[in-house]
Amino acid sequence: MQPGRLRLIVAALAFSTMAVPAHAATITIVMENLVISPAEVSAKVGDTLELVNKDVLAHTATATNGDFDVTMPPKKTVTYVLKKAGTVDYYCRFHPNMKATLKIEP
Amino acid sequence: MFVRLGAAIAAMTLLSGAAFAQGKLTDPQIAHIAYTAGVIDITAAKQAQSKASNKEVRAFADDMVRDHEAVNKQALDLVKKLNVTPEDNDTSKALSKAAADKLAELGKLSGAAYDKAYVANEVAFHKTVDGALEKQLIPSASNAELKSLLQTGLKIFQGHEQHAEHVAAGLK
Repeated sequence: MQPGRLRLIVAALAFSTMAVPAHAATITIVMENLVISPAEVSAKVGDTLELVNKDVLAHTATATNGDFDVTMPPKKTVTYVLKKAGTVDYYCRFHPNMKATLKIEP
Repeated sequence: MFVRLGAAIAAMTLLSGAAFAQGKLTDPQIAHIAYTAGVIDITAAKQAQSKASNKEVRAFADDMVRDHEAVNKQALDLVKKLNVTPEDNDTSKALSKAAADKLAELGKLSGAAYDKAYVANEVAFHKTVDGALEKQLIPSASNAELKSLLQTGLKIFQGHEQHAEHVAAGLK
């Protein structure tokens, strides 16, 4: 392979990894029978939350500090990209007995 | 109002206690009681949808209609699957009678007084049903699927109770 071509590929690779955050992951959180699981999970800013509602009822993932408020219709999955770091307690506004914690690292 | 509310709850508890004392509730009776409790809350919520003035109270009423209709649909699907015909009974009758009286009483109120009374009754009603589910209906249910639906129902009712308490706190 020609050195010039190699440099181009390396540059292209570097560019593509820069475009997508290096550690972006998808974290699945399931709401079923009015229980959020896992009850506690760690994530990083830029990660995507995949909120799976298996109930016939609508639920929300509402941060007690106001950072996010996502509504999940019955039997639907909603995604949300984490924007702020911190340890966030969240609950369902419709069923406040559903509670969980997210540890979001910068 | 609180005295009357207390009396209504006492009457409901007493009546359901009396019905329970007659013997173990059967699954068709339990299904009927659970379904009736849902219908009662939907009827109260529909009254609130047309009468409530506070935005939070109206939103709460919308939530109650949506949730209880969804749960009752699940309950109907289950009794159909299990080939069980819900059976009317003294507890269902007592619950319906107390609820009809309450609906008439709330119907005479308006504005902020109605909002407060409706939400206070929602807290009390969900508490009563939680107690009945925990102490009577769930332990008495024989069918595992019915028991499991009632257990989920209890969590829903407990959630609604907390939600109602939250709305009530905002009205003060």
